[in-house]
Amino acid sequence: MAFEITPDDLGDLARGAALLGTGGGGDPTIGRTLVSEALRRNGPVTVISPDELSDDSLIIPTALIGAPSVLVERLPRGTEPVSALQALERHLGCKATATMPIECGGINSTIPLFVASQLGIPVVDADGMGRAFPELQMETFAIYGVTGSPLAISDEHGHTAILDTGDDNKSLEGWARVLAIKVGGVSYIAEYSMNGAEARRTAIPGTLSLALRLGRTLREARENHRDPAEALSDALTDTLYGHGESIFTGKIVDVERRTVEGFTRGTATITGFDTDSTCTIDFQNEFLVARVDGNTRVVVPDLITVLHLETGEPITAEALRYGQRVRVFAIATPQMMRTPEALNVIGPSAFGLDEEFVPFEQRTKATVL
Amino acid sequence: MRIGIDVGGTNTDAVLLSGNTILAETKSATSADVTSGISDALNELRRKHSFEPASIQAVMIGTTHFINAIVEADRLCPTAVVRLGLPVTEALPPLVGWPDNLLRAISARGYLCHGGHEFDGTTISALDYSEINRVAADLGEHGIRSVAISSVFSPVNAEMEAEVAALLREKLPSVHISTSHEIGRIGLLERESATVINAALRELADQVCTGLATTLAHAGIHAPLYLSQNDGTLMDVGYAREYPVATFASGPTNSMRGAAFLSGLEDCAVVDVGGTTSDVGILRSGFPREATAEVSVGGVRTNFRMPDVLSVGIGGGSRVREENATVTVGPDSVGYRLRDEAMVFGGQTMTATDLAVAAGKAAIGDPSLVGHIDSAFVRAGLDAIAEQVATTVDRMRTSSNPVPVALVGGGSILLPDELAGAAKVVRPDHYSVANAVGAAIAQIGGEVDRIFPIAPGQRDEVLDTAKHEAVDKAVAAGADPTSVEIVDVEEVPIAYLPGNATRVRVRAVGNLILDNS
Repeated sequence: MAFEITPDDLGDLARGAALLGTGGGGDPTIGRTLVSEALRRNGPVTVISPDELSDDSLIIPTALIGAPSVLVERLPRGTEPVSALQALERHLGCKATATMPIECGGINSTIPLFVASQLGIPVVDADGMGRAFPELQMETFAIYGVTGSPLAISDEHGHTAILDTGDDNKSLEGWARVLAIKVGGVSYIAEYSMNGAEARRTAIPGTLSLALRLGRTLREARENHRDPAEALSDALTDTLYGHGESIFTGKIVDVERRTVEGFTRGTATITGFDTDSTCTIDFQNEFLVARVDGNTRVVVPDLITVLHLETGEPITAEALRYGQRVRVFAIATPQMMRTPEALNVIGPSAFGLDEEFVPFEQRTKATVL
Repeated sequence: MRIGIDVGGTNTDAVLLSGNTILAETKSATSADVTSGISDALNELRRKHSFEPASIQAVMIGTTHFINAIVEADRLCPTAVVRLGLPVTEALPPLVGWPDNLLRAISARGYLCHGGHEFDGTTISALDYSEINRVAADLGEHGIRSVAISSVFSPVNAEMEAEVAALLREKLPSVHISTSHEIGRIGLLERESATVINAALRELADQVCTGLATTLAHAGIHAPLYLSQNDGTLMDVGYAREYPVATFASGPTNSMRGAAFLSGLEDCAVVDVGGTTSDVGILRSGFPREATAEVSVGGVRTNFRMPDVLSVGIGGGSRVREENATVTVGPDSVGYRLRDEAMVFGGQTMTATDLAVAAGKAAIGDPSLVGHIDSAFVRAGLDAIAEQVATTVDRMRTSSNPVPVALVGGGSILLPDELAGAAKVVRPDHYSVANAVGAAIAQIGGEVDRIFPIAPGQRDEVLDTAKHEAVDKAVAAGADPTSVEIVDVEEVPIAYLPGNATRVRVRAVGNLILDNS
């Protein structure tokens, strides 16, 4: 069950994490370079399944918080995430036996590997989002009863703060976001500390290895001239996600993007080839809703991904550019993220969208594929 | 009349055009100094089709000379990079992930200094002048001749890069300076790496650009001299001197646009066979397919917009060997020494060109010198070449349907009229000088790069204004108004200025109006 991550895995992991990042989660290639340097210095990192955790082990997840459009310039000093984890250990009075991603999409799939490599602890093959989300309370951990508090946040000077908002995880997000903006738009956190039993109950299992596997699928599809969309659909069938399909292809004709309140927000517009059909995708770090000719096709928490048309490479929201030829590919979210209590936290209304959540595979197909 | 020239690693090709008509074409060897090869090409053109130097209206040159210098890690000058950003960015220092041979070739030195801006324009830390002075002294001590300067969020605020550039110029007047905000977009590592590549090429660019201007003057040609840029548009020679990195993708862009022009195909694979490699690209609606995600040049990750090209070590100079009763071709090549080393020229090395001559596919050198090669051996060698190229085309293909293939470049005589997996194979007229044709039909661009205040609800209006301006500039520069298209739009919010200020960069490109004289 346990396996080792070596530098050779990082290309596939970054590609798969970019896919599960649904446009957000930060450029995983930065995380890839960070981890690659750390693995070169410290040797491989061990990834363990949640089933291998003892009930009383202490897992402290680690992550980056902030705007992806800031991260690509404001690269880390490298000391920040370990400094956050150690601040939380001091606050709790005990040492972490493992770290874990809170978010398997984007750069946050790699931050725990960076921490684990420096501290010599394992990483748990699971996360609390099954994709990427823009806010800290949007976690299956929170939905199923683990609190984010206490949270430790650190900057590049080694300055740390402990935030404790009790069981109000949304307020925790608000406080942490204010601090992240205050220290330059990107910061590093340790939170949602839990024991092994809680991890088994609240985490989405196997998502780090899923990212690796989907990354490999896309690479192999390209090598074997397989349609990347078809290869992804096949690879998803025996996972918790179950279903994925292409919903639109076309050329990007507009990208409106700005950094506000610590997020990258905006809208991308894609026009179909040889049709008058238009697909718009709204994003808040991640792609939130995809509409074709004004009709909603996919909405959070289902996954919206944008792939380069010919190669199947996932494109993040900050890398969308005028003129790119793309495919919009939707992936069903795992069942534990579609329950009523989950939709309260990660459904359309949580993003201020006046939309009802309908699993995308149940909507009538649009005419343009 | 116009002259298009392609300076490749092996050959220098030239074409003389009047409007859409190709009046003459030549192919001569590339010289080590670039310029004497061009001089030969100009003389040869005039011999084939007499013209008055004064009647030439423009000279367009495409060259892979600069990108080759990076790929070969040769002809580069000692280069350093100064990044302003401490205390952040330290986990990924300048030159991280660069290949060792390239670092050695440029005697690379990287410096991390205090400075840089936050996304909202406030400073991360102030410039530390004693630190910059120490760096300047160290640069001098280590004989650094060209410096790249990068600063966190310089596309939002370039003041610190400009200030450090001025300080270093003052201390080290003979050193070339390249600043990252003039080279690339948001994305510190990629922008910085592109700037270092530019810096390492500055001395070479000086030599080559001066040489080109002198060569043309000696030939009596006083027409404007342009170089092809990455996107297939033209830049004047003075700009190329400072931004040699802007020529990087011009080779494949010119060859693909030339192939589209000559073959009339809009959707196809283009195989350009040179002396050393065969480069395969894909045309979609007449435009080269762009590479996505990581574009690596000589092992360095950059964020250039470049055509997606896959190369295989098969060219006219590729060495032919027999190993364990199997004929192998390449990937090594005799390159520009073809005329000394190939058997048809009396040399001792069997090359792919010798096989083509022995098979009667080409009349080069003295065919009697290869008459003794066993015909089964020749066939096996040519089959191996066709198979390797077909495999490369196959790797570039992204659908299961066979694609038409256009063959260009002098070395394409090596290839048969049918390729496995190709819907059809087209070898257009003038195929051997497609790159020079691509340079001659280069497009002309217009760019707007300015800070606009964007009032709420006014974004579309502002973008329309910027787009119109870019189109007008392209037309003013000589583009045919009916052909102008917007090819790039980029917005960078400048959060520290009031009024939702945004840096808007729009690029429009169109066909140069062809003269009819």
